Amino acid sequence: MREIISTDERIPFMRFRGVFAIISGLLLVASIVSLSVNKLNFGLDFTGGTLIEVGFQQPANLQQVRDVLDDNGYGDAIVQNYGTQQDLLIRLEPRTDVKAEQLGSSIIEALRSNIDQSIEMRRIEFVGPNVGDEFIEQGGLAMLTALICILIYIALRFEWRLAVGAVAALAHDVILTLGLFSILGLEFDLTVLAALLAVIGYSINDTVVVSDRIRETFRKFAKLTPMQTVNRALTDTLSRTLVTSLTTILVLLTLFFLGGPLIHGFSTALLFGVVIGTYSSIFIASSVAITFGVSREDLMPTEVEKEGADQDPLP
Amino acid sequence: MLNKYPLWKNLLIIFVVLVAALYALPNIYGEDPAVQISADRQATIDAATLDRVRNTLTSENISPKSVALEEQQILVRLTSDDQQLKAREALVKSLGDNYIVALNLAPATPEWLKSIGAQPMKLGLDLRGGVHFLMEIDMDEAMRKILDGMKDTVRNELREERIRYTAVNVEDRDGVKVQLRTEEDYQQALSYLDNRYQGYTLVENPDEQTLELRMTEQKLAETRDYAVSQNITIMRNRVNELGVAEPVIQRQGSNRIVVELPGVQDTARAKEILGATATLEFRMVDTENDVRDAMSGRVPFGSELLPMRDGPQQLLKEDVILTGDHIVNAGVGYDEYNRPQVNITLDGAGGNKMSMATKDNVGKPMATVFIEYKATDERDENGNLQFTKNAEVINVATIQSRLGSSFRITGVGAQEAQNLALLLRAGALIAPIQIVEERTVGPSLGQQNIDAGTQAIMWGFILVLIFMVAYYRKFGLVANCALASNLILIIGVMSMIPGATLTLPGMAGIVLTVGMAVDANVLIFERIREEIKDKRSPQQAIHHGYDSALSTIADANVTTLIAALILFAIGNGPIKGFAITLAIGIITSMFTAIVGTRAIVNSIWGGKRLSKLSI
Repeated sequence: MREIISTDERIPFMRFRGVFAIISGLLLVASIVSLSVNKLNFGLDFTGGTLIEVGFQQPANLQQVRDVLDDNGYGDAIVQNYGTQQDLLIRLEPRTDVKAEQLGSSIIEALRSNIDQSIEMRRIEFVGPNVGDEFIEQGGLAMLTALICILIYIALRFEWRLAVGAVAALAHDVILTLGLFSILGLEFDLTVLAALLAVIGYSINDTVVVSDRIRETFRKFAKLTPMQTVNRALTDTLSRTLVTSLTTILVLLTLFFLGGPLIHGFSTALLFGVVIGTYSSIFIASSVAITFGVSREDLMPTEVEKEGADQDPLP
Repeated sequence: MLNKYPLWKNLLIIFVVLVAALYALPNIYGEDPAVQISADRQATIDAATLDRVRNTLTSENISPKSVALEEQQILVRLTSDDQQLKAREALVKSLGDNYIVALNLAPATPEWLKSIGAQPMKLGLDLRGGVHFLMEIDMDEAMRKILDGMKDTVRNELREERIRYTAVNVEDRDGVKVQLRTEEDYQQALSYLDNRYQGYTLVENPDEQTLELRMTEQKLAETRDYAVSQNITIMRNRVNELGVAEPVIQRQGSNRIVVELPGVQDTARAKEILGATATLEFRMVDTENDVRDAMSGRVPFGSELLPMRDGPQQLLKEDVILTGDHIVNAGVGYDEYNRPQVNITLDGAGGNKMSMATKDNVGKPMATVFIEYKATDERDENGNLQFTKNAEVINVATIQSRLGSSFRITGVGAQEAQNLALLLRAGALIAPIQIVEERTVGPSLGQQNIDAGTQAIMWGFILVLIFMVAYYRKFGLVANCALASNLILIIGVMSMIPGATLTLPGMAGIVLTVGMAVDANVLIFERIREEIKDKRSPQQAIHHGYDSALSTIADANVTTLIAALILFAIGNGPIKGFAITLAIGIITSMFTAIVGTRAIVNSIWGGKRLSKLSI
C-alpha cells in the first residue's frame, strides 16, 4: 500500500491554527487592500469596448501597428502580443464617433492596407457599455446567489458552527483569488468569473468532506476532546484531500499549458483557487468551527437525522 | 458479505454506457463540406429543383458525394472545400434569387446512426467560427413614434368634430395630453374620446380642463412585442439573403435580439447586410402613358419603369405619396366572405398625406414599392461595400375610396397577403436597432480552439489515468474504467440534448470534470484502505468503504451542482457551455464512480474469499 503520508499518527493540525490564522489574516488584508487600491483589472466583458485579435504571418512589429492605428485616428488603442509573437490584441475604449459594428473591420482594413494584406482577422469582440454594466450586475448577483444557496444547503446539512466554518473558508478562498488577480493585474473577465464559481463549488466540496468526517469522528470517539477530534478527522481525510487536489491540479495544468490563451485566466483562477481551497479546508474551516466551540453534544444525531438509518444493517 | 450485484444491475450499467457510446459515436465521423439550398419567399423545393441542382453540378464538372432532398431543403455534400465554393457559385447563378444557397458543414454521420437520431454535438461559435450579435431595439423611439401618430390622430379628429383645444402633446412616454379651451369643449371631448381608442384609457382632469390618453399596460406590452417581432422578421429576411446555414435569430429579454451566424467567413459583409435598411413607398401608377412605350425605351418624364414581383413591369409616377415609416402596423385579416386582405394602419401624418393624395384619385391604381439596399461584392476606394438600390413593385391595387389612416388591400391570395403584410412591416421599421454586443470568431481561431481543447482533455485524461494506476493499482484501473465511461457518457449526453452546445469553456469544464470525477473514487478507496487498516476483512472493507463514502460524495457533489446550475442560469453563451458540461459531468461521474466501479469491483473481487486487496 503506498500512501502520500503515513496516517498512523494523528497530525496535530490544530496546534498551529494560530499561525495559519495569522497567515490567512495577512493574506486577506493584502487582498482587500489591493482590491480597494488597485481594483480589479476588468476585461472587456465588464468595461465595454472593442477588442480585436489579428494574426500576422511573421512576428508582428508592435510599434508599426501602433503608428498605423495612430495615423487612422485610433491613438487610444492598446496593442499587445497575445499568446504568440504573430498574434496581436488591440483594445479600444467604447467610442461614439465610429459605429461599433464597423470599428473592427475598419481597423483590420487599415492594418491590411498599411502593413500587410495577409493579416488575418481572428476575433472581434464588442461589448456596449450598458451590456458591460449588466454583466457586472449579473456576475455579482450570481456569486451572491451561489453563496446563499450553498450556505442554506450547508446549514441544513450540518450543525451551524461547521456551516460557519465552511462559509468562512469559502469567503477566504474567493477573496484571496480575487486578491491574486488584483495584485498581479490579471484580466478579470466572464470566464474568470465562471472559474471563481467553480472554485466556490470545489472549495465547498473539500470542506464538506472534512466536516462530514469531523461529525463522524465526534460520534464515534466519545473520549476525544474537540481539538483531538478535529485533528483525527483531518488526518484521516488528508490523503483524500491531497489526492483529489493533485488530480485536479494535474488537469488544470494541462488546461493552462495546452488550452490556449483564451482560457489562461480561467485556468489561473482555478489553479489558484484549488490550492487555496485545499489549504482552507484543512486549516481554516475546522479552526473556525473550533473557535466557535463545536462540541460532541452539538453533533450527536437526533432520531430524525440519524445517518445510515435507511441503509442495510452492518453484518 | 458477498459484494455481488444482481445480473440486471450489471446489465443496466452496460446498457447505459453502450447507449451513451452509440450516441457519442457521430462525433468521430467529422463533417463534409456541403451546400445547403432552401427556398425563399415564393419558391418551393421539389424533385424538379433537385434535378436542376444535379444538372447544374454535372455541367460544371462537379461530382458531389451526395445530393439529397430532405425537409424542404437540398443538401449537396462535396469532397473538398474548393468544390464546395465552386458548387455554391454555380448554384447561385443557375437557381436565381428565389433560393438561398448556403455553405455548410454537414455531419458525415452514417445512415444507421442517423436513423436512431444520433447526431454530433453542436459546436459553439467560439469553436466553429462565426458571428454573434446582440441587438437592442430602441423602445423609446418606438413609443415616441406611436404616440406622435396618436397625437396627430387626436388633433385631426378633434378638429373635425369642431372641439376646440389649445394643445395636444405627448406626455411622458406613455400618453397624449389634450388641453381643452372651455368647459363645454372639455365635456364634448370627454364624451367623444371616451372609449374611442383601443388600448388607451382616458384620464379626466376637469379642474385643468385636460384629458389624458394613457396607453394601457397591455398596449405597452403589445407595442414592445410588436417592435421586437417585426425586427426579428426583418433580420430573418436579411440573414436568408446572406445564405447562412443554421442561423439563430431569437428574442432575448424584453427588447433584445440575438443573431448568431455560424461559419460566416466574410463577417464584415454580414454586418453590413444586417445593418442595411429597407423602405417602402406608395406611388400612383402612371395611367396616362403606355407601359409598352416605356418598355421600348421611351420612359415619360416624371415616371419610372419598375419591375414587379411575379408580374410585368409597371410604369409608376416618380412622386411618392407616402413612405413606409408612416406605417404603424400591417397584418392579414379576412372580410365577411372570408377572403384574405391586408389591413394597414398609418400614423396621423401618414393618414393625412394618404387622404390628400387619394382624394382625387379614386378609381385609379396605386402601387406599393419595396426598396432594399442590397450589398454587392464590389467595394469603393475606401473599402466599403457598395449597395445597390433594389426597387420592386409588390402590389398594385385600385383605390376604391378616399383613404385615411387605416385602409386595406383586397383581392390578394392568402399566401400573397402574408407576404405583403410581412414586406409592409419590413419596410416600416418602427424602432431603430443597435448592436450592443458582438463576438466574431474567425474560422482559423475556431479550429485552433477545438485543437487546444481536445489536447487539454486528452492529456488531462492521460495524466489522471497514470496517476490513479500508480496510486491505487488494480483499484486505480477500475477507477480509470469509470473515468473513461464518464467521458463517453458526457459526450453522449451532450450529443443527445438538442439545446446543448459545446464551447471552449465547455471543453474546460470536461477537463475539470475529469480531474474532479475521480474524487468519488478517491473517497471510496481511501475508506476501503482505512477499513483494512482497522482489521476488517477485504469484503467487509469494500462494503463499508462504499457505504460510508456515499453520503459524503452526495454532499460534495450537490454543492458543486448548485454552483453549476447558477452559472447556467446567468451565464452567456460560452459560460453556459461550461455550466452544462460541468453539471452533466457531475451527474454522470456520480453514476460511473459509485455504481459503475462497484459493479466492476463486485465482479472482480466479489463473492470470493480474499486475504488482501490491491489498493
